[in-house]
Amino acid sequence: MQGKPPEARATEARLDALREEARETGTVGGGGAAIVGGPIPRDPTAVSGYYGQPIVKPPVWTWQVGLYFFVGGTAGMSGVIALAGLVTGQPIDLVRAALGVALAGAVISPILLIADLGRPTRFLNMLRVFKWRSAMSMGVWTLLLFSGFAASARLLTERSGLLTQLGVSPIAQRGLAFIFTIGTALFGVVLATYPGVLLGATAIPAWSAHHRLLPFHFGVVALGSAGATLELLGFRMAALNAIGLTVAAVETTVGAWIELRRRDATARALHTGAAGRLLRTAALMTGPVPLLLRLFGRVPIAAVCFLLGAVLSRYGWLLAGRFSALDPEEALATQRAPSA
Amino acid sequence: MEAERVAPTSNQARHAYVAEGRTVGFFTDPTVCIGCKACEVACKEWNQVPEDGRVWTGHSYDNSGSLGASTWRHVKFLEVGRRLGPQVAGPMTGGPERPFGWTFLSDVCKHCQNAGCLEACPTGAIFRTEVNSVYVQDDVCNGCGYCVVGCPFGVIDRRPEPLPGAGGAFKCTFCYDRQIDGLTPACAKACPTESIMFGPLDELHARADRRVADLRARGYPEARVYDPVDTSVGGIHAFFLLLGPPEEFGLPPRPEVPTVYLRGAWLSAAMTSALTLAGACLAFALL
Repeated sequence: MQGKPPEARATEARLDALREEARETGTVGGGGAAIVGGPIPRDPTAVSGYYGQPIVKPPVWTWQVGLYFFVGGTAGMSGVIALAGLVTGQPIDLVRAALGVALAGAVISPILLIADLGRPTRFLNMLRVFKWRSAMSMGVWTLLLFSGFAASARLLTERSGLLTQLGVSPIAQRGLAFIFTIGTALFGVVLATYPGVLLGATAIPAWSAHHRLLPFHFGVVALGSAGATLELLGFRMAALNAIGLTVAAVETTVGAWIELRRRDATARALHTGAAGRLLRTAALMTGPVPLLLRLFGRVPIAAVCFLLGAVLSRYGWLLAGRFSALDPEEALATQRAPSA
Repeated sequence: MEAERVAPTSNQARHAYVAEGRTVGFFTDPTVCIGCKACEVACKEWNQVPEDGRVWTGHSYDNSGSLGASTWRHVKFLEVGRRLGPQVAGPMTGGPERPFGWTFLSDVCKHCQNAGCLEACPTGAIFRTEVNSVYVQDDVCNGCGYCVVGCPFGVIDRRPEPLPGAGGAFKCTFCYDRQIDGLTPACAKACPTESIMFGPLDELHARADRRVADLRARGYPEARVYDPVDTSVGGIHAFFLLLGPPEEFGLPPRPEVPTVYLRGAWLSAAMTSALTLAGACLAFALL
C-alpha cells in the first residue's frame, strides 16, 4: 500500500560484505535500503501519494445508516405499492398493509437517523434550513413529509370508523385517503432513491463514480424489498410476484454490469476485500437467487433471501465507500482517468 | 540577496479585511519552510484544539499524519531522491548516487471557491464569511457527517469521543475570530520564515507568480502554483507553491466539488421514480 516495495532483499554475500566493511573501517557507508515509509530517502511515488495517506476522509457514519437506507427505502416503495393498489382497485387490505409498512418505516427511520448523528440532541437543526444542493437536507425534508403523508393516509384508510364518528363523510375520507396516498407514493420514491444521490454526490471515488447508478440501484432494490415484505405479510399476489421477478432480473443485470466492468484502481473497493465480498453476496441474493426461487414458485424463501440481500447491499456500498476513501491510489487514479 | 527580491509580507501587520469584505487567502511556499511546526503549535494553542493522539507514524518527522478534526495545520515531510539546493541532510544520504532532499509543506483547509463541505451541510452550520473563508459554527453543527465525505481534500472531520466538542465537525477557521479583530491568523503570525503568507488573495497570487518565475529561473523547472481553478472547485483561497506533481504532496490533481454529481444523480432518481411508479401500477393493472 505504502509506496513501492523495498529494493531487492540483501543476499548472504551482501551481509558478509557489510560485516567485512564494518570490521575494516569501523563504519558502514552507502545509502542502505529504501525502507517503505521509513525516514530514509525514498521517492514519494505519485501513485500512492504522500506516504499512502488517504486523499479524502472516510465516512464517519455508524451502523444505523445502512439499516436506515434499507428501512427508508422499503417504507418509501411501500407507498408506491399502496398507490398502485388503490388506483387499480385492489383489496383495501393490501393498501392498508402497504401504508402500514410505510408508516412503520417512517417511525423507525428518524430514530436511526438521529442515533447516527454526532450530536443527536441537535437533530432539529436540520430543519432550520432547506438546501436544494445538499442531498442530506433534501433527504431530511423528504422523510419528514413522507412521514406526514404516510401517517395521514394510514389513518384515513382505518376501518374503525373513528373519522365517521367525528363527522367526516365517507366520500371525503376516500378522497383524502387518495390524496394522501399520492403524497406518500411521491415522497416515497424520493425517500427510496435519494440515498443513491446522497452517496453519489460525495468526494468518495467509489460512490461518485456510480452517481447515476446508485439512485436507480437503491430504488429498484427498495421496490423489491417493499414487495417482498408485503408477500411475507401474507399477500401472495401475482402482481407482487411479477414485481419481485422484474426487480430480481434488473438486479441480476446490475450485478453483472458491475462485475464485468474494468477492474483497475478506480473500482478496486467494489471488487476486492470485505466490501467486494459483501457486494457480490448481496448481488447474488437480490438477483439470480430470488429470480430462480420465484421461477420455481418458492416465493416466501425468495422474499426472505431478497430482503437479507437488500440489507447487505446497503452495507456493502457503505463499506466500499470507506475502503475507497482510505485508498489514495483509487482517488488519484480516478482523477487521472480521462472520463473523470 | 533574496530579501531584496521579495517584498515583506503583511503577516505581522494589523488589517481591516473583514470590515472591508476583502477576499483573503494563504499562500504557503514550501521552498522556505524549515519544518519547525510552529504553525501547528500556534494553531493548537490559539484555537484550543485538543491533542489527537501521540502516534509515531514513521513517515519522516511527520507525526500529525493528516489534517483532521483536531489538526488544522499539518506540516508534511517529503523525503525525495534529489538534492534541493545546498541542503546537507546528514551521513545517510549516501553520496551523489543517492541524493537526498527534504521538502516541507504546511497543509491547511483550502477554503474552496466552491466548497464541498459548505454545500453538503444540512444545518447551515457552515457558512462563508466576509473574507470568503469557510467557517463551521460549532454551536449549530449536529454532527451529521455529510461534510466529511463532501470535502475533496479530506480536510474536515468529525471529532471522536472523548475529546472536547466530540461529535461535531471541525476544521481550520482561518482564525476568523482573530481576523475580525484585525489580526493575522495564528499560523501565519507564528511562521518564522513567512512560508505561510496571509493577505488579500489577489496580492498573494501576484506574489506566487513572481516566486514561481524566480524559482524556475534559478533551476527549479518543476515549480508551480497549486490552485485547481480549472476544476469545479473553482480555485482555492489557501493555495500552495509545489516543487513537483501535487500527488507527491498528497493533494488531488483534479479535485471536484461533489455537487457536480447532483444533476446526474437526481436525474437518475427521477427516472427511477417514474419507472417504479409506472411499473407497480402496470403490474397491478395487468395481473
